[in-house]
Amino acid sequence: MTFPLFPTEASDAAAQTDYLYWGLIAISSVVMLIVFVPIIYFIFKYRRGKRADRTPVNLPELPIELTWTIIPTFIFVGLFLWGAKVFWNNQRVPPDAMQINVVGKQWMWKIQHPEGHREINELHVPVGRNIRITLASQDVIHSFFLPEFRIKQDVVPGRYTTIWFNARRVGTYRLFCSEYCGTHHSAMIGRVIVMPPAAYANWLAQGQHGNTLAQSGERLYRELGCSGCHDGSTVVRAPPLLGLFGKPVPLNSGEVVIADEAYLRDSILLPARQIAGGYTNDMPSFEGRINEEQLLEIIAYLRSRGATNPEERTANP
Amino acid sequence: MKAEVERTAVSNPPREPKNYFTEGGRTLRSWLLTTDHKRIGLLYLYSLLFYFTIAAITAAMMRMELITPQGDMVTSDMYNKLFTIHGTLMVWFFLIPSIPAVLGNFILPLMLGARDVAFPKLNLLSWYLFNAGGLLALVSVVFGGVDTGWTFYTPYSSTYSNSHVIAMAAGVFIAGFGSILTGLNFIITVHKLRAPGLTWFRLPLFVWSLYSTSIILVLATPVLAMTLTLMALERIWGIGIFDPKLGGDPVLFQHLFWFYSHPAVYIMILPGMGVISETITCFARKKIFGYHFVAYASVAIAILGFLVWGHHMFVSSQSVYAGLMFSLLSYLVAVPSAIKVFNWTMTLYRGSISLKTPMLYALGFIGLFTMGGLTGLFLAAVGLDVHVTDTYFVVAHFHYIMVGGMVTAFMGGLHYWWPKITGRMYPEKLGQLAALIMYIGFNLTFFPQFVLGYLGMPRRYHAYPPEFQIYNVMSSAGASILGVGYLLPLIYFIWSLKHGKKAPANPWNATGLEWQTPSPPPKHNFPATPVVDKGPYDYSAEATERELRDGLTTEESR
Repeated sequence: MTFPLFPTEASDAAAQTDYLYWGLIAISSVVMLIVFVPIIYFIFKYRRGKRADRTPVNLPELPIELTWTIIPTFIFVGLFLWGAKVFWNNQRVPPDAMQINVVGKQWMWKIQHPEGHREINELHVPVGRNIRITLASQDVIHSFFLPEFRIKQDVVPGRYTTIWFNARRVGTYRLFCSEYCGTHHSAMIGRVIVMPPAAYANWLAQGQHGNTLAQSGERLYRELGCSGCHDGSTVVRAPPLLGLFGKPVPLNSGEVVIADEAYLRDSILLPARQIAGGYTNDMPSFEGRINEEQLLEIIAYLRSRGATNPEERTANP
Repeated sequence: MKAEVERTAVSNPPREPKNYFTEGGRTLRSWLLTTDHKRIGLLYLYSLLFYFTIAAITAAMMRMELITPQGDMVTSDMYNKLFTIHGTLMVWFFLIPSIPAVLGNFILPLMLGARDVAFPKLNLLSWYLFNAGGLLALVSVVFGGVDTGWTFYTPYSSTYSNSHVIAMAAGVFIAGFGSILTGLNFIITVHKLRAPGLTWFRLPLFVWSLYSTSIILVLATPVLAMTLTLMALERIWGIGIFDPKLGGDPVLFQHLFWFYSHPAVYIMILPGMGVISETITCFARKKIFGYHFVAYASVAIAILGFLVWGHHMFVSSQSVYAGLMFSLLSYLVAVPSAIKVFNWTMTLYRGSISLKTPMLYALGFIGLFTMGGLTGLFLAAVGLDVHVTDTYFVVAHFHYIMVGGMVTAFMGGLHYWWPKITGRMYPEKLGQLAALIMYIGFNLTFFPQFVLGYLGMPRRYHAYPPEFQIYNVMSSAGASILGVGYLLPLIYFIWSLKHGKKAPANPWNATGLEWQTPSPPPKHNFPATPVVDKGPYDYSAEATERELRDGLTTEESR
């Protein structure tokens, strides 16, 4: 039986989180001393039957109460700011991040690499690169948890969530599902394999030489008939999609949205919700005709044909 | 009523002074149809013991399963059902009613100098609703169980689970009405039935805490009822509210659920704080330090408690800005809790401290609650919560509050008022021993879980990677000690009913009105309505010591 005390720090986020953790342990220890030492002292000193000065004193109640109201309030607000800073830093996805898709379903993790590699319950990544993961769920809520990286994000059906990390150490790390998802919840675990760049390139080269994700998406784009209306010179009027990714889209409602993953996903499944300016809603919903992985492939295709890399994004604004 | 009067009149002159056991009949019928708040309190005690036992057995089975990393004792489905039963019964059928419905029902009217609660029949109805819900929940267990966890997260509960979700949710729904009616009853009782002279700021702090709790019960419980109803609508008729496949939003369920369930956490701790304020003052022979601040802190917790639900959802995909706001508000709700702990500590200064069983529980409460509160600061730090949420760190944290806090306070209160309730003393030495065993067992069970959680072990795991085993073994070992700590009081309490020393009206020389009537109290509580002319906790440590030295009191020092 091993006796681990502390998880490995395998990412940038891990170090920041651990500082906060140690800071909180230090503050808690001080508070415990402040509370427990007087209690124990009073118990011994004022134990019934023991001679001690018990003359009632009129302590200034209000100043004392204000002291132990105001000081903790300041400490707590300080802790809030510290926690908020760590959170904020970890929510901002660096613009140069490498994109990987993960689909959770009862009870496995399906991973899509842009190069077309597919894995189940194993995620190979290069060390020292910013990795952005788009999370989707095929069924219930799951949660993508990498304890050695100190990061976690719920995977919610019906929407995309994102998480990012930069693995700083080569090694194999745990991947858990941490939101209860049914019978084999505790078997929905996997591994993240962090490799040196050369080994990663090797791994990529050795994998199946099928289509890239974008190519698979392009095939779907044609098979499902998207190209018929959206690609230029047809009778049906539909907004052109190539070159759209990451750009602002003015809507009929007067709003302007960014054509990101969430917008494209919603437009495929719920086309009536956000209609691009100047168009009418003639598109059928693809809900039920396309699964989460195919959806992500089409989005990968549109991304590959999109504008230059969209500027820095916040994960869940 | 008429039959009752006749029966009392006909019965032989009682050998003991009249009390609520003898007055009003000894038949089962007289208990099941009673409107006496004291009898209803006892009815709740029996029911709670029943649900607690089942929930504790499921906990024991889980701890046995978790001794080894492999899921080898029960199947995964069975394990999932075990933690669902444990959570559901412990939260709704033990913790929420524990102090309010048992001790509150029994003591509140006595503390106020009243004959009963404001609506005695409604009080009985609450008990029936509570048990109707409890039995329905148990029926769902007998017919195969529920595997959603006590949180019923959608769309798992509404679409995917193949278990008896509706029956369990209906049980919780019905029991909720019992909670609402109890809350309403207590609020009106405190407003209308205080004895002459018993102004708001002469109320014992236990009353303040019950009052705050009741406000939460009345305001929050309806939201739970609505949420469970919406979930049931989706499950039965496929009305899309939470499942995205039907056009719903799964995170909406979490907002609604925690809008109730976070305030419910305060339902589960405020009454415990009230008990501690009673016992600390009595066994330190000191007036509480900062009475007004402790009282207002209860109200502040009740109000702020409604504004922090989103801290359960930092990684749920809720907006980043919402997460930050909820984090800040969660830190603010910690302030009144801290105030209470400091005031209790200060109360001990220049006291005359006796370490009788209720005081040991009170001190244990401060220790465990402080630990639970401080680890709450870890979870409120949004950047750290990302790592520890949904791990054993959270499991340990809320057990420190719920079990270390509320159950410890409940045990303390039960010992403190046992002489009043039963007319018998419990065996003091055994009581102190049990309190120590419970404290040690509790810490051994739950402290390792903090380490486990930071290492990353997710909660609700039937099987786990081998590196987590050592802490699970420690936890299971602790749980068996904790089990002894619970069994021991059960045995000596039952023993004391027959063999315990007869209790005088006021065995602790305490100041509350409840001690000014015989133990056990007569049916209508007080021979004449008491009149109050001073504030609570009129204790003098000096006088206690003087009496002890002069041999005026035989009270032992330890």
